Amino acid sequence: MDNSLFPTTAEYLRILPEIILTVVGTLIMFLEAILSDSQKRIFAPLSLAGLTAALVAAISANGSPGAAFHDMLVIDGFATFFRVLVIAVGMLAIFGSTEYLRRENHPGGEFYALILFSVMGQCVMATANELIMIFIGLEISSIASYILAGYLRDDSRNNESALKYFLLGSFATAFLLYGIAWIYGFTGSTNLLEIRRQLEGAGAPSLLISGTAAALMFVGFGFKISAVPFQIWAPDVYQGAPAPVSAFLSVGPKAAAFAILLRTYLTAFAPISDRWVPVVWVCALATMIVGNFAAIQQSNIKRLLAYSSIAHAGYVLVAVTAHSEVGSAAAMFYLAAYAFTNFGAFAVVTHVARKGERFTKIEDFAGLAQRQPAMAAMLTIFLLSLIGVPLTGGFFGKFYIFKAALDANLVWLTVLGLLNSAVAAYYYLRVLVVMYMKDPEAGGEALPAAGPALKIAVYGSAIATLILGIFPSFVLDFASKAALK
Amino acid sequence: MTLLDVVLFLPLIGFLALLFIPKTLSRSGALAVSLVIFAVSLGLIGNYTLSTNAPWIDYPPIRYHVALDGLSLWLVLLTTLLTPIAIAVSWKHIDFRQKEFYALLLLLEFGLIGVFVAMDLFLFYVFWEICLVPMYFLIGIWGHDNRIYATVKFFLYTMAGSMLMLGAIIYLYNKSGTFDYLDIVSQLQTGRLVLDAHTELILFLAFFVAFAIKVPLFPLHTWLPDAHVEAPTAGSVMLASVMLKMGTYGLVRYCLPLFPNAAHQCAWWISALAVTGIIYGALVAMVQPNMKKLVAYSSVSHLGFVVLGIFSFTQQGLDGAVYQMLNHGVSTGALFMLVGYLYERRHSLEISAYGGVATPAPNLAIVFLITTLASIGLPMLNNFIGEYLVLQGAAYVSMTWTAFAAVGVILSACYMLWLYQRTFYGKASEGVTQHIYDLTGREWAAILPLIVLMVWMGTYTQSFLPQISAQNARILEDTHKLKIERVQIATPNVARGPASEAAHGQ
Repeated sequence: MDNSLFPTTAEYLRILPEIILTVVGTLIMFLEAILSDSQKRIFAPLSLAGLTAALVAAISANGSPGAAFHDMLVIDGFATFFRVLVIAVGMLAIFGSTEYLRRENHPGGEFYALILFSVMGQCVMATANELIMIFIGLEISSIASYILAGYLRDDSRNNESALKYFLLGSFATAFLLYGIAWIYGFTGSTNLLEIRRQLEGAGAPSLLISGTAAALMFVGFGFKISAVPFQIWAPDVYQGAPAPVSAFLSVGPKAAAFAILLRTYLTAFAPISDRWVPVVWVCALATMIVGNFAAIQQSNIKRLLAYSSIAHAGYVLVAVTAHSEVGSAAAMFYLAAYAFTNFGAFAVVTHVARKGERFTKIEDFAGLAQRQPAMAAMLTIFLLSLIGVPLTGGFFGKFYIFKAALDANLVWLTVLGLLNSAVAAYYYLRVLVVMYMKDPEAGGEALPAAGPALKIAVYGSAIATLILGIFPSFVLDFASKAALK
Repeated sequence: MTLLDVVLFLPLIGFLALLFIPKTLSRSGALAVSLVIFAVSLGLIGNYTLSTNAPWIDYPPIRYHVALDGLSLWLVLLTTLLTPIAIAVSWKHIDFRQKEFYALLLLLEFGLIGVFVAMDLFLFYVFWEICLVPMYFLIGIWGHDNRIYATVKFFLYTMAGSMLMLGAIIYLYNKSGTFDYLDIVSQLQTGRLVLDAHTELILFLAFFVAFAIKVPLFPLHTWLPDAHVEAPTAGSVMLASVMLKMGTYGLVRYCLPLFPNAAHQCAWWISALAVTGIIYGALVAMVQPNMKKLVAYSSVSHLGFVVLGIFSFTQQGLDGAVYQMLNHGVSTGALFMLVGYLYERRHSLEISAYGGVATPAPNLAIVFLITTLASIGLPMLNNFIGEYLVLQGAAYVSMTWTAFAAVGVILSACYMLWLYQRTFYGKASEGVTQHIYDLTGREWAAILPLIVLMVWMGTYTQSFLPQISAQNARILEDTHKLKIERVQIATPNVARGPASEAAHGQ
């Protein structure tokens, strides 16, 4: 490692995506104050340009992997995978929300800036190689998310959502920070590899201490990925937040949180895996069961998708429980497939909800197949992917996860997980039933055609979902090579 | 690219094409496509060397491996024959959202053909699940009053079963390193892959439950009457004639050769369930006031024979079972069509709404009679051959089960003839004379191929049975060889020491 005080050019290039996102985000904040209302239309293209540049930078950074800034960040395949994923989700979020913001008369620049900052935080999470950077990335991403959740400040649902998210989120972050403090106190380092060496070495702190620290940090991560028993916030926040924001929150921050969870537990805490694996085992099962069985009873589609996203976090936790290279690759693939699927589903919900989000009950989807067959077909693809029907990304994701679990001899978890996905089919089918088999309400409010940007978000997600389901090799190969050992 | 790939992918192409053509053309377009597929598929007869094996996904190594043999050939042909027929019977019956309906029928055809020709376990699973989606919509959108309950039940039952099968497939892959069916069988035969008795039993059960739900085997049959009664005619026809065969096909293709010991171990219980199903299905059919429900329960009874034949592990039993799969497809498909014809006229499925139908519709009565007689196993008609072979095969194993199963044959005569009598004989009520008219040209065209097949399959089995027998012999051989192999491995390997090590080293 280069020990000089000043970072080299190569190191700057490695964090170029974060730099670009910060610059563009800040620029938008400035322009917000200067530009006239009609000129503010450039914010969406500008953020897209920033994200595209960041995407290119992230991909090219993969050509020269290595650490940066005194080992605080590390660019490897794993980091690149998640950076590309969260940036792609950010682009979808821009496409999915421009028309929404105009519809709700809130076309502010700060929305775009916040999305960019949140994505930036997630990129830092993906590349973080030590606990402080993890914490900083998590905070950047979370604070932007808290504000996004309450973006429509005149809407009481938004306010409730943001407040809940903020209070519970800060509480969970405190746990995380406390866990970091423990680790630092007993190992004298915040670097993940150094912690691993310490835990493996002769002078390792007692299991009680390292186990407690791992448990405290798991509370923080568990909150971000909405794992049971830290999932309480998710349904309220997703239901209350603006629909495009819920779409964003349910995939981007979650993927990044899983990235740090995987990195921390598969590197730093690998030596004590026999201690945390049983805990994650129980947590994975509980998350799947609570998510699925609670989703069955929902009548609000946003809430249903919120519970379903809890259940899906449970499936990814199954891959974490496998704590293997295959498991890590499976989790990565699953998160990618899930990101596009779930974002697409929320994007269709955004569309059907109409102005003021008055139509978010499942019944409001009645007859969508007759009124807008294309939108209904897209939502069908997303729902089938969430069920896990072949030829969709969701199916392959599930397949790889359970394959990894069986590799790791987690037979019971696999069987229970598979049965859980059969249960899950029930509530997704309910939406399909309403959409295709119920007639539209007579005299109901007309559903305007979707705008071009939203269409790009929806069709783009659908194409990605299908490609991941029919030709998964490319992404899977990358994930397998990039998986944490 | 072989003819087999063409037959497999034409329906998918048709499905996609149908989405983009004008609504008014969808019906005739679908019929044309399905007839072309049928004509092309006739070229498959005798072409047993057709197979394609190409990589699909690099890692895990999932291959697009499809092949044809005596077992799959006739099931593929049954599918390609029944799809145009199903389209023809829906011609007038389906009067809204036609385009989606016909597109979904073609998608279903794609899935079904795929299930029968897939030689890669993963590919098989993919097709297996694909079939579920179009049928779910066919029942749910165009079904009768209680359609949503029925279709959700259908989906969830199948899904629950197939999830366990997926687990078993992944497990087999982790053990063997391949999804290729032939490869796994050869690994089992050469002893490179050894499953201990406990594992084999669990894997067998995981596959078996998925198939048994689909068959459906008593007591997993409860989704079937609901799905059948609520489905539109074309849905019932495809469901009864082809989709149920996915289960029995799976039993023959996968359960026997892959897990022979477990299959033998469970054979007694499974035969007991099959016989229970035969008698239970027949008894319940007898008391049904609803025609479609009656035919649905008769399916439970008929499929019991198939399962009984498969788990006799004899050549006759297996031949009879496979033949019976085809027979059931032809005769029950025809029955559902005829019930559909009656429904289109009278708009009721209650048997009590009919009576004396033979007077206004003599041709319909004759066709219905032939189908009824075929269904109850009258000699010279198709079901007789299948049932006879099954009973003979079963008799080698257990006279008790054979005796009970034979009772089922008698019962089937009771409920079918009684149905016929109540529907077609007697004095025609006013409702009947007002609404019932005789077969139209289109209806004739749809039913005639099936009637011809009933007679053909009942009188000249040489056209069909030799290919089936040859393939069944191979399957039985695999099954027995494996069983013997397993016994050898289980014994202390004094003599086999170096040889078995060499085999492991391969």
